[in-house]
Amino acid sequence: MQTEVMFAGFGGQGILASGKILAQAAMTQGFEVAWVPSYGPEMRGGTAYCLVVISDAPIGSPIVKRPQHLVAMNRPSMEKFAPMLKPKGTILINTTLIPVDAGRDDLDQVMVPATALSSALGNSKAANVVALGAFIARTGILAFETLIATVKAEFAQKEKLVDLNLNALEAGRASALDPCRGQSI
Amino acid sequence: MAKVLMKGNEAIAEAAVRAGCLNYFAYPITPQSEIGEYLARRLPEVGGMFLQAESEIAVVYMLYGAAGCGARAFTSSSSPGISLMSEGISYLVGAQLPAVFVNIMRGGPGLGGILPSQADYLQAVKGAGHGDCRMFVLAPASVQEAADMMADAFALAEKYRNPVMVLGDGLIGQMMEPVSFKAQKAVAMENKSAWATTGMSARDGNTPNLVKSLHLDPALLNQHNLDLKAKYERMAREEMRWEMYNAEGDYQVLLVSFGTMSRVCRTAVDMLKAKGVDVALLRPITLFPFPEEQIAMAAERSCCKAVLSVEMNMGQMVDDVKRSVGRQKPVSWYGKCGGEVPTPEEVAGVVEKTIADMDFT
Repeated sequence: MQTEVMFAGFGGQGILASGKILAQAAMTQGFEVAWVPSYGPEMRGGTAYCLVVISDAPIGSPIVKRPQHLVAMNRPSMEKFAPMLKPKGTILINTTLIPVDAGRDDLDQVMVPATALSSALGNSKAANVVALGAFIARTGILAFETLIATVKAEFAQKEKLVDLNLNALEAGRASALDPCRGQSI
Repeated sequence: MAKVLMKGNEAIAEAAVRAGCLNYFAYPITPQSEIGEYLARRLPEVGGMFLQAESEIAVVYMLYGAAGCGARAFTSSSSPGISLMSEGISYLVGAQLPAVFVNIMRGGPGLGGILPSQADYLQAVKGAGHGDCRMFVLAPASVQEAADMMADAFALAEKYRNPVMVLGDGLIGQMMEPVSFKAQKAVAMENKSAWATTGMSARDGNTPNLVKSLHLDPALLNQHNLDLKAKYERMAREEMRWEMYNAEGDYQVLLVSFGTMSRVCRTAVDMLKAKGVDVALLRPITLFPFPEEQIAMAAERSCCKAVLSVEMNMGQMVDDVKRSVGRQKPVSWYGKCGGEVPTPEEVAGVVEKTIADMDFT
């Protein structure tokens, strides 16, 4: 089985970093992975995306026309990539910056105010990790414990960021699993 | 060794250090600059030399100097930078010096773009430099293979005293995949006392070693080229590498594709198989020497009706595929360039159209 997760947003939102954490966690759990970044002439504030391919068999094409899942951190990236998703995929929508839904009824839409939840933790820059925590909690494509261990390892060199990011994962999980939040914005 | 998640560029750099290469000269260019960035930090840790030159022309002659002294050295660049090194590559071939080049290809011609491409195929395998000059060319299709090939590249360069190129593309350089480095220890350069300018006191005998590519006597220059030719032929006999996929049973179409593009083709083969269409893939791993016999034999099978060369360029390797297949089967090309990478769906569509267009009556 192969699954693909696209992360998209603007430069500076930690798009490539959250994709890397997912790839690292999937590798730790024994999967084959490929992390493919966008590397055009980008700048802070421009668009950024990356694709993580996870498989239990060697990965053929790292170029995927229709990914299964999308973590959309801003509106332009959701509008650009949501139409490409395979039916029955999952789209995580950062509702703090995206005031609309994906307009598709064949996707599982997970509405999480990732930026607001991150700000509530004292630093809006962990919104990518909030979104990642929510995405994994909702889809279950990896064990949440693996994600926690990976985040600890990833930020081991920057100790003061470990707690922030672990709290961000947890905030994301709580938000994604909150039945009251539902599909509304 | 445990697997680590690394960019292709970083894996190439680390693999070079582990292969015992302590000399890296380069000039930065996207999409391979992480190689230099990594080595600027890594090489001083192991007593090595990282040097950012003033231009690619300077780089190639730094390699010439290092190699001439019997030092293991390499450089990396991307398409336009390799063009600037062309003269020096020919000098390295002429002087029979070992050196490793990494080309992480981007779109061309000219300054082109910075996205993945395979548009330097002809340059690498036919036009590396002026004169009867050939480079040994390896084409990785994954980060793991790029790392493994670096170790092989130094060994091949030293065995044949000839430049070796690892020809990747922007995707191989920028993508992260799990990689494990071979545990084996780097071996010292074996044969250098016979040719390197290491100083008379460093070896026995009274004959000085001379590193040069100038031979004004036509008979000597002809003989020199015959010797080089014999070396290229030996490479073809001893070092040819290729890989077949889905070729055990019958297949209607044979795909030939290398590097990143071959992985897309592999997925296209799987997609077609799921629809009941059998297609085989032959991936040349060495581009020079080129596995022409293997392609000819795969095309000769009576089940095979057509051959399709799939490339991220406007049709370069297809010339070599045609030469290999001859007139026995139709050979066509499909590809895109400039940073566009054909998707598995597009490749599968072209294969289906190729089959539909064939006249079986």
